[in-house]
Amino acid sequence: MQDYNTRIVFLGTSALGVVSGVIGTFLLLRKRSLLSDTVSHATLPGIALSYLIFETLFGNGKSLPLLLLGATLTGLIGMGLVVLIPKWTRLKDDAALAIVLSVLFGLGISLVTLIQQMPTGNSAGLEHYIYGKAASMTAMDTHIILAITLVVGLITFLFFKEFTVLCFDTAFAESQGISASRLDLILMALVVVVTVIGLQAVGLLLVVAMLIIPSASARFWSEKLMTNLILSAILGAASAFIGVFLSALFPKFPAGAVIVLTATTIFSLSMFLGTSRGLLVRYLAHCQITRRINSQHLLRACYECLETSGAIQNKSDTSLSYEAILSRRSWNQAELKRLLRQAQNDQLLEQVEGKRDEQRGENFYRLTDSGWGQAQRVVRNHRLWEMYLIEYADVAPGQVDRDADAIEHILEPQLMSQLEDLLHAGRYGLRVPTSPHKLEQKAAT
Amino acid sequence: MFFLDQINWTSLDSWIVLTGALIAMACALPGIFLILNRNSMIGDGISHAILPGIALAFLLTGSRDWFVILLGAATAGIITIALTRLIQNFGQVESGAALGVVFCSLFALGLILIRVASDHVDLNPDCVLHGSIETAVVDFRKVPLVTTQSAIMLLVNLALTLLFYKELRISAFDPSLAATLGFHPELMRYCLTTLTSITAVMAFEAVGSILVIAMLIVPGATALLLTHKLHWALLLTLLFAALSGILGHVLAIWGLPQFFNQLISSIEFSSASTSGMIATTAGILFMIALGIVKIRQCLNL
Repeated sequence: MQDYNTRIVFLGTSALGVVSGVIGTFLLLRKRSLLSDTVSHATLPGIALSYLIFETLFGNGKSLPLLLLGATLTGLIGMGLVVLIPKWTRLKDDAALAIVLSVLFGLGISLVTLIQQMPTGNSAGLEHYIYGKAASMTAMDTHIILAITLVVGLITFLFFKEFTVLCFDTAFAESQGISASRLDLILMALVVVVTVIGLQAVGLLLVVAMLIIPSASARFWSEKLMTNLILSAILGAASAFIGVFLSALFPKFPAGAVIVLTATTIFSLSMFLGTSRGLLVRYLAHCQITRRINSQHLLRACYECLETSGAIQNKSDTSLSYEAILSRRSWNQAELKRLLRQAQNDQLLEQVEGKRDEQRGENFYRLTDSGWGQAQRVVRNHRLWEMYLIEYADVAPGQVDRDADAIEHILEPQLMSQLEDLLHAGRYGLRVPTSPHKLEQKAAT
Repeated sequence: MFFLDQINWTSLDSWIVLTGALIAMACALPGIFLILNRNSMIGDGISHAILPGIALAFLLTGSRDWFVILLGAATAGIITIALTRLIQNFGQVESGAALGVVFCSLFALGLILIRVASDHVDLNPDCVLHGSIETAVVDFRKVPLVTTQSAIMLLVNLALTLLFYKELRISAFDPSLAATLGFHPELMRYCLTTLTSITAVMAFEAVGSILVIAMLIVPGATALLLTHKLHWALLLTLLFAALSGILGHVLAIWGLPQFFNQLISSIEFSSASTSGMIATTAGILFMIALGIVKIRQCLNL
């Protein structure tokens, strides 16, 4: 850290991480993450042409600003084509990206082979722009990147609302008098500038990776755009910082590649642990929902068992045999036994003392008070939805059971009260209406 | 023809043109389905991502035999596709970003592995990524090996396309219909991208990555601009691919150098990269087709 050069590299790459994190988030939301890849390839013919022209005319082909100017020009042309081709034709974004990338890079390669035939055309200098080295960043590169970071930060701050609308609802943006295509142009021009600057400072691989990976990682942590932007900038800077630090420890490995792999590690961690879209969170939520659905199925099965046997109407024996529950739904035995155990743990069901089917070795069960209440509510929801379907959606009574089955678990109280109003369900009070169709026994499988 | 006096056309040039056209056609066939499946950037992704495969194949076997290297590269290509689908499906990441994450990471890994391997021997990634068609045809055989290879590749791809034409078409245009008909559109996609990956890797070694990336997409896109019918599009694709191959080489050895010789009199340019110019020519054909479509639209209005 004491070394001036190291400080420059730390600062430059971290700033690049911040700026590409911000721009990358917008790119990701516009579904154009790979635009940076296309633009960075599209700069090659610009660099080559600029070299050819200025070397032969003025003999100063290697002047950096002129090369960058050329790169920016063809980068902008490439970007324009990527935006225009899907607009003019039936081709999609990805095809436009691939066409522009390959054609312009092909042209660039051809021009470079011409340059190699020039007596002055030692093309080693030009190849540097393709595979640039992060470790050899100069103070000027860092200053330029810092300036760009400030400009991008300012523009994002000024146009935050407009960019948000552009990313999420282009049609709405147009209706509000915001010119979507002009905004898009500003955004894409920023991409070109960041890519060109990054390209010459740190190389193609790193700049493309920095525009794609941190923003994709940030998406796993939050659904809010502002949080995403900040997080993506932080993750970008962190990847750069840790990456440069690691590559100082292992000087043998190219710094750019180490930074990219650091970003990849952060991406993998985010994908598994992210609090909003991470695999772990989604898996747990899925388990929870499955558990609730299964338990509701069990409760409804118990209730309907008692109803068909007449136990509810007669207020007689409310114990349920295992066989009876099994016959209500097509569930397999192992699953049902697991559900019964689970329901007993949740105190929804209890075993009936002193009553046992000795022949098959199965217990009898009875709904607890809280189980009874929940069962009533589940069945009531189910039947109200069935009645709604029959009355308003013209679904045949024989069909509604399955349809209602799919939705009864996610009916919210608000929706239920609407349903009650609609069906004049007040007449039932809190009672459970009778089933609108014949309750049938399902064969156990 | 008028310019044939100005260039000394040798039998080598004929082989270059033939090979270029064959490879272009071999790539363009699976390419058109990639466009329809909205998977166009896969060629570029694979061209970056095969680097660790090459490095690992070398580190594990210690041989620089082309077959081993090719096997490593093809495996890496298939892994790229599988990883991308995985991140896309399980992580709910948009397909372009998923591909970007995968190929950037693999390319970085490849750079590091190459550095590790370079302790033992000089392994140049350029030899696989940037093969050049001009040197590939220089061969002591009667028919250069690369020409035979590309002819076989074209035949295999042609046979597979014709064999699975119905399945590919329905999977591309209506995946849900394909699923109900029992075609497994997901499986078709995997097979298609795997075929692409193998074709691409074989061709990278022979003619360089840029030609392959261009030929996968540009002729197909040009054809799709001009027609709505898939069988016509396939025929047009082959035509445009072959045309780019032929015109591209002519432009490389005559057109572009001549242009710059007129512009800059002080230097004598002899020839440009054929692969690059074939890609450029395909782009020019695309722009012409785009112009025709636009004019047709204007006249109809």
